[in-house]
Amino acid sequence: MIMPLLRRLGQTVFVLFGISALVFTVFFATPGADPTARIAGRNAAPQTMEKVRKEYGFDRPLPVQYAIMMKKLFITRDLASYANRGELVVPEIMRAAPVTLSLVTGAAIIWVVLSIAMGVIAAAFKDSWIDRGLMILGLVGISIPVFWLGQVVNLITQNRYHDTWLFSWVPGLGYVPFSQSPSGWFLALVIPWCVLAVMFVGIYSRILRADLVAIMGEDFIRTARAKGLSPTRVLLRHGLRTALITFVSLFGMDFAQLVGGGALLTEVVFGLPGVGRLTYQALNSLDLPLIMATVMYSAVFVVLANALVDAAYLFLDPRVRDVG
Amino acid sequence: MLANTPAPPLLEVRDLCVSFTSRGQVIPIVENISFSIGDREILGLVGESGSGKSITAMALMGLIDAPGVHVTGSARFRGRDLLALPDRQLRALRGREVAMIFQDPMTAFTPVYTIGWQIDEQLRVHQRLSRRQARARTVELLGEMGVPDPANTANRYPHQLSGGLRQRAMIAMALSCNPSLLIADEPTTALDVTVQAQILELMRNLRTTYGSSVLLITHDMGVVAETCDSTLVLYSGRVAETGTTRDLFAHPQHPYTAALLASIPPMSGPRPDRLPAIPGGPPQPMERPVGCAFAPRCAHTHATCLPAPPPRFCTVGPGHTVACVLPAEGAPLPPRSGSSTSPVL
Repeated sequence: MIMPLLRRLGQTVFVLFGISALVFTVFFATPGADPTARIAGRNAAPQTMEKVRKEYGFDRPLPVQYAIMMKKLFITRDLASYANRGELVVPEIMRAAPVTLSLVTGAAIIWVVLSIAMGVIAAAFKDSWIDRGLMILGLVGISIPVFWLGQVVNLITQNRYHDTWLFSWVPGLGYVPFSQSPSGWFLALVIPWCVLAVMFVGIYSRILRADLVAIMGEDFIRTARAKGLSPTRVLLRHGLRTALITFVSLFGMDFAQLVGGGALLTEVVFGLPGVGRLTYQALNSLDLPLIMATVMYSAVFVVLANALVDAAYLFLDPRVRDVG
Repeated sequence: MLANTPAPPLLEVRDLCVSFTSRGQVIPIVENISFSIGDREILGLVGESGSGKSITAMALMGLIDAPGVHVTGSARFRGRDLLALPDRQLRALRGREVAMIFQDPMTAFTPVYTIGWQIDEQLRVHQRLSRRQARARTVELLGEMGVPDPANTANRYPHQLSGGLRQRAMIAMALSCNPSLLIADEPTTALDVTVQAQILELMRNLRTTYGSSVLLITHDMGVVAETCDSTLVLYSGRVAETGTTRDLFAHPQHPYTAALLASIPPMSGPRPDRLPAIPGGPPQPMERPVGCAFAPRCAHTHATCLPAPPPRFCTVGPGHTVACVLPAEGAPLPPRSGSSTSPVL
C-alpha cells in the first residue's frame, strides 16, 4: 500500500519539476521577457534598473533564481507578482479556483448526462435516422469553437434579445459566489456551463456510441442475449457498463485539464475570474510568477486526476485489479 | 433417435434456411436443414468450419439480428415455432427452456461482473427469486458442475478462472433454469484434452440428472462418437447424412462422412504414415455447386452428381438417411473396414 503511494508521489514531484524547469527556462529564453525592464518601467534610469535587479535577485545565476522561486511558491507561499507589485500569486489562485471548479463541475454534469443519453440512444438505434441525426449533432458540437459560440450566445442573451421575456433573466457577465447567493451563482453559470459542455457532449457521445457498437458485437453480449435478458438490460447492464471503463478514463483527464485552467476561453468570454482567465492575464503581461503558479496548479490537477483515473479503473475493471 | 415414440419430438426443425443479401445477391448459408431431437437425446451436429453449424444454432435461438439475414422454415419446440415466435415470448423461452453454451468460455462472460452475479442474473430474470435465494441456487449449481469451493468461486471474476472452470460455470449458468434443451456450440474446442473429457462426461450426465436434451455442435468426430445418440453431418450448409451414431459410424453412406471417419487416427492396429485427408476445401457459400456440394472433392463423383437439384435424401436404414446418389444407384459404400459396431474410440 505504501510503495505505490510513494511511487506516485515521486512521479508527481518529477513531473512538477520537469514542467516548472521548462516554463522557467522558456521564459528567460523568450526575447523581450526581461522582467527587470518591465518592473522598472519604461526608460528607467540605469541605477533603478540595477536596484530592481538586485532586489528581485535577477543578477544571480538562473538555477539559484529557480530554487528561490520554487521555495517562495511551495514553501513560504509568498511569491509576488512582477506585474502588480506586492500582489501574492498563491492567494490569487486560491480565489480563482472555486470559480473554475464551479464552471467545470456544472459543465461536466451536463456533458456526462447528455453524452451518455445520446451515445446509448444512438447505439440502440444503430444505422437509423435517429443514430445519424444524433451523431451529426455531435459533430456540429465538436466543430463549433467555444469562444465563437460563447460570443454569439452573449450577443443574443446580453444584447440583442436581452429585453425579451426569453432572456430577461440572464444576469450580466461575471461571477456570483455560491456563498453569497446560490440562485445568483446558478443563473450566472448556467449559460457558461452549457456552452462549455457542447464540445464535450459531441466528443463523448460519439466515442461512447462507437464503443458500444463495438462491444455489442462481443461474445459476452451474445451470451447475455441467449440468457433471455431484455435488449435494454443487455445494452445497459452489459454493454454500457463495459463501455464506461474507457469513458471514465477519458473523463478524468478532460475534467482535470479543465479544472487546471483549460476552460480559459470560456472564462475569458464570460468574464469569469477563474484560473483560466488568470493564466490568460499572466500570459498577456508576461508575469512569470503568475504563469509559474497557474502552470503548477494545472499540473498538480492533471497528476491528481491521473491517480484518480487509475483508482477508478481498479474499481471499474476487475481485470486490472489483479495485475501488479 | 427414439423413432418408435408416438409423442412429437422435443424439437423438430423443418427446412431451416438461412441466407443473407449482399449487394443485391442472395447468398444461402444454410439450406433446408431438417432434424428432430427427442427427450433426453443428444444429437451431434458435425461439420467443418463454415458448414453452417453455429448459424443453425444461432437461428434456433433467435440470436441472428444482422441486417439482411433471412431465416425461413420452422422449428417446433413443444408445439411452438421458435422461428415465428414474437420477440418477447422467445426471450422468455431463451435461457429458461432453451439454453446455449458457447465455444469460447474466455470471452463468453461479461468481464466486469463476477461469475455468480451473472448466474444470479439469469435465475432472477426467469424466476421469482430473492438475491439470496438466487445465490444459494448458483452455488448449488456450481457445486453440481464440479466446481471446487463453489461459494468462493461465485465471487470471482471470469478472468480469474481457468478455461475448464469457466466452461463449467457457463454450463451451470445454462442449466440454471432447468432447460429442456441445451444447445452446446463447440463446448470443448477451446479446452485441453483432459478438461474436454470431463466436460463431455458432464454433458452426458445432464440427461439423467436434469432430463435435458442436448444439441451438440462440434467438428470433432471423436467427440460425437463418445457423446451423441444420433448424428447429423452438415456439409456446406446442407445435410449430408443423418442417423444414429452407431449406424453412421459403422456404415457411413455419404462419401463425406466416410472421409471424415477415415481421418480419425486409429486407436489400434498399425499406424498409418499419413492420415487420409479430404483434398481441397469446402466451397464458399456463393460458389456452392448447384448439384452435390461435395462433388468437387468426392472420389465417387460421376455425371448424376453434378446437375441441380442436389441429391435427394435416400433412406438406407431406420432413421438413417443420406443425401447421396450412390445408394439409390445400387452402389452404396461398403461398411467401414475394421470398424467395431460400437462407436467407442
